[in-house]
Amino acid sequence: MTAPAIRLSGVCKNYGTHRAIDGVDLVVQPGEVACLIGPSGSGKSTLLRCMAFLEEHDDGLIEIAGDPLGFAPGENGRIRLPDREIARVRRSIGMVFQQFNLWPHRTALGNVSEALRFVLRLLRPAAERRAMAYLDRVGLADRAGHYPSQLSGGQQQRVAIARALALEPRIMLFDEPTSSLDPELTGEVLGVMRGLAADGMTMVIVTHEIGFAAHVAQHVVFLEQGRIALEGSASAVFRRPWNPRLARFLETYLDRGASMLIAPEQSDGA
Amino acid sequence: MTWAVLSLLLAGAGVTAAISVVSVIGGLLLGIAICGASLARSRALRGCAAVYVSFFRGVPLLVQLLLLYHALPRLGLDLPGIAAAVLGLTLCTAAYQAETLRGGFVNVPAGLIEAGRIVGMTARQIMLRVRAPIALRLTLPAVVNEAILILKASSLVSVVGVADLTRTAQNIASSNYRPIETFAAAGALYLLLNIVVGGAGAGLGRMVGRGR
Repeated sequence: MTAPAIRLSGVCKNYGTHRAIDGVDLVVQPGEVACLIGPSGSGKSTLLRCMAFLEEHDDGLIEIAGDPLGFAPGENGRIRLPDREIARVRRSIGMVFQQFNLWPHRTALGNVSEALRFVLRLLRPAAERRAMAYLDRVGLADRAGHYPSQLSGGQQQRVAIARALALEPRIMLFDEPTSSLDPELTGEVLGVMRGLAADGMTMVIVTHEIGFAAHVAQHVVFLEQGRIALEGSASAVFRRPWNPRLARFLETYLDRGASMLIAPEQSDGA
Repeated sequence: MTWAVLSLLLAGAGVTAAISVVSVIGGLLLGIAICGASLARSRALRGCAAVYVSFFRGVPLLVQLLLLYHALPRLGLDLPGIAAAVLGLTLCTAAYQAETLRGGFVNVPAGLIEAGRIVGMTARQIMLRVRAPIALRLTLPAVVNEAILILKASSLVSVVGVADLTRTAQNIASSNYRPIETFAAAGALYLLLNIVVGGAGAGLGRMVGRGR
């Protein structure tokens, strides 16, 4: 039996005296699309950043495909793993940020090929060939020479997805990938993500796109105050929101067309 | 205005330009080192950088130049006036440029650094390939501004006997008794030099700044 793609056991994260993540246990299987939802401040972004080791968890264990991330259990508590081991485990992970975080001094092609050249040490022609293939995959081969400031938000986010995919990670983490986009631009990004899900990519997505979560996720996790308040399959969580707190949370989406939850899937315009 | 006078003024403008260019470039290099110290982990290095910056920003450049000019021979360094002038301008502009660069580094968005970490760059690669180029782009307009200020401040070196544009104009005016024409011509030459600096800066900005 293969190890889960991600396994969290008793993960905690504190900011000063504030406990942002309070003992989370979570398993994400290979090929699964998991969505983290919850009110702002519930810890969903922090939890995702812990999975990328951009935030160091203060307690508990995170395993990526069976390998401990950052800290391993030792005889007297946990031990911090060496940086090289952290980098090795993190190589399985790609991440896409809310603010895209493209490097402004590099073209789209430069953003995607940078790590191929300087981390994977591919020669420039090979790196650029591979980068072009991934830009093509997100539909932006014709924008390879553009700088981020010359691209729309949706195009920038697709370049960011290509940058992460080009390193061929086993798991993709998305931190509110459409939250800083104009509504008419979210469709193109969600369309790329839907394609990835169809190809069997393991994905963990922090999102406010409840409609997208309801239709694409196999696994929905509702966080509240740093704890998992509810989790299960999308249909179990959304179609029967028996949990009063989840029901209240989902109600805030009614104004924004959450009738999609009940209706069959609608096109996001992808 | 005779050709003889004009050629004297042009020679003075050449001295002014040379002193300024050497000082701004020297100050940028020294400023990078001081900026590095001010961002270092070591408290001692950060302290040294802070003391340096506060001294050279806090004491008038004219006083610094006079101090250097008179103090260096006492220390056994018998430098010509022009060397004292370049040294003084360099030390002073380095303090300002270090602060400008530090602001650039601090203002590189954290997300761009995280993007480097998540794709597996080392701390050194992130510094050289992400932070430094973005910080330099952020600070380029301020560095051009500083170059213009130094070009004008270089007129102070006339007090240590350097025949720069200002000193040359003073000499001419005291012999031809036409101060208004002479200083107007000197002012026009300063303006011309600074238009060149501003234009070069704008060109450089276009070259490197497409991403901003």
